[in-house]
Amino acid sequence: MTALLPRRGLAQILALIVILAVDRVVSPQFFDLRLQDGRLFGSLIDVLNRGTPVALLSLGMVLVIATRGIDLSVGAVMAICGAIAASLADSHGLPIVLAAALGAGLVCGLWNGFLVAVLGMQPIVGTLILMVAGRGIAQLITEGRIVTFSSPDLVWLGNGSVLGLPVPVVIALGMLIITGAVVRGSALGLLIEATGGNARASELAGVGTRAMILAVYVWCSVCAALAGVIAAADIMGADANNAGLWLELDAILAVVIGGTSLFGGRFSLVLAVLGALIIQTMNTGILLSGYPPEFNLLVKAVVVLAVLLLQSPKFSGLAGIAARLRRTKA
Amino acid sequence: MRGLPPVLITAIVLVAGFALCAMQFPNIASTRVVGNLLTDNAFLGIVATGMTFVIISGGIDLSVGSVIGFTTVFVALAIERWGVPPLVAFVAILALSAAFGAAMGAVIHVFDLPPFIVTLAGMFLARGASFLLSTESVPITAPVYSTVSDFALRMPGGGRLTAVAIIMLVIVIGGALLLHLTRFGANVYALGGNRATASLMGVAVGKMTIKIYMLSSLLAGIAGIVFSFYTSAGYSLSAVGVELDTIAAVVIGGTLLTGGQGSVIGTFLGVLIQGLIQTYINFDGTLSSWWTKIATGVLLFAFIALQQGLVALARRPVAKSMGAAS
Repeated sequence: MTALLPRRGLAQILALIVILAVDRVVSPQFFDLRLQDGRLFGSLIDVLNRGTPVALLSLGMVLVIATRGIDLSVGAVMAICGAIAASLADSHGLPIVLAAALGAGLVCGLWNGFLVAVLGMQPIVGTLILMVAGRGIAQLITEGRIVTFSSPDLVWLGNGSVLGLPVPVVIALGMLIITGAVVRGSALGLLIEATGGNARASELAGVGTRAMILAVYVWCSVCAALAGVIAAADIMGADANNAGLWLELDAILAVVIGGTSLFGGRFSLVLAVLGALIIQTMNTGILLSGYPPEFNLLVKAVVVLAVLLLQSPKFSGLAGIAARLRRTKA
Repeated sequence: MRGLPPVLITAIVLVAGFALCAMQFPNIASTRVVGNLLTDNAFLGIVATGMTFVIISGGIDLSVGSVIGFTTVFVALAIERWGVPPLVAFVAILALSAAFGAAMGAVIHVFDLPPFIVTLAGMFLARGASFLLSTESVPITAPVYSTVSDFALRMPGGGRLTAVAIIMLVIVIGGALLLHLTRFGANVYALGGNRATASLMGVAVGKMTIKIYMLSSLLAGIAGIVFSFYTSAGYSLSAVGVELDTIAAVVIGGTLLTGGQGSVIGTFLGVLIQGLIQTYINFDGTLSSWWTKIATGVLLFAFIALQQGLVALARRPVAKSMGAAS
């Protein structure tokens, strides 16, 4: 299990603790938990619950980024699958609804994977197509309306609880365990890292890089589909315009905060999910502190820049900059 | 004649599309509709010109939509609340957006970071800053605005070539001259072709990167001013998602997303194609606006697949001759 929690996770855990401490200062009741109707309530649970969609997305995104790719379409896939789930919810049973939504996610993933792995498009370009067209497709499904439903099964998926924990949190945890078991329990994770590290060398060494790339895009879209269903279940409706909007950026941010390099190679599932939690803890903290939620964007921008600079190969302390400035002056 | 074939294809698609639309709705083929097409897409044409430079140089700029939004809010607040003369406000915001772009370019170059993620941070920053300024839509009532909105050149057939359309056309032509006739333009192509080679050839890579992102943000600032002329208001949520429309226009215009190939004229045609789809949907009346997104997606796919094919074709003989040499 050491592969799941490497020593480099220390910075992320410290960051989370610091942000939690700040939240505690801002809102003294932050750590209060109470049990009501067999379910836990409190800001911490709220952070977990609200963070679920991004956590799910980052779970798929981290694998894609590990292969040196990127998936911009996850937000649009969320909208499509949420729309499908919402429009089927009142006429069909939960298994069919889930199968249809996840099946749609699978198709979206195959499309992205086909463009990147088979046609050899740049990932940012290939997934841009679905990002642009996907929201249009979602609106086609909902016919431009906000589709609402009242099916108790699907609502439970967004608002129910298991053992005191909200269902979305349990699902995200389950997906983390499944993905971790499959990827780290076999050589798959190593092969994905090899593909991202050097696709050509891996190909020559006998790694089926195309199959790897196809698989990670499919998994990423399936995770996005699940996130879309949960987001729809949470608000008991599907809004093709706003479901998952900008979440692709949050997912990428979560992966970057989790220490996975955008240049592929080494990745960590747990740290990516931790990154998603860090983002959500910041969001909740800003909300609790009474600042307008728009402030989030500024904070996120600063965090992205800080993390990037720390990750940058050219950045080795302030000494590096000073040396560079001296060199350019000379 | 680099980049000519894709541009020709774009031109053929535009003409054929226009002909098809005109066959179904004869009224489309009038100077009125064409004039409106230019006016409605003026801001898009301006940002897309800047984006063309960035993409040809092998980068990408996701912050342009946010810069437009910030510009509209800043200009509206400066004129209406802070009592700044419009011209001073324009100069200030253009200086600010140019500095913003230069900063992004500097971060990209100095820290060797992917442009995609740096401009993403820029996108958050600019949008967040505009939210901080104001979350409400601020109407602009300055007399300059009504003068500019009323100004138009009459075209034969009753069409109006508005001031914003003229600004756009001037910028597109200026951009095309800058890209195709100057040393700066040649360096942009060199950077996109191969950074290391360009650097060895004596291109000041750092300065060029900063200048290119500065140009893109500056044009986004101008597009923001044009957008505020167009809507007579400043709103922090305006131009959300414009970066995607812009990238789509550039790609449909035949610019290679990996850099090194493309043209401003192609981008202009790409903007017109997107505008034409919107116009067709407006004329039809029964189709919903989300068809624009789907049609844009399909066109994007078609053009990227075409590029992929062209690149594969271009690489083949090189690989063969290398094999023969060794």
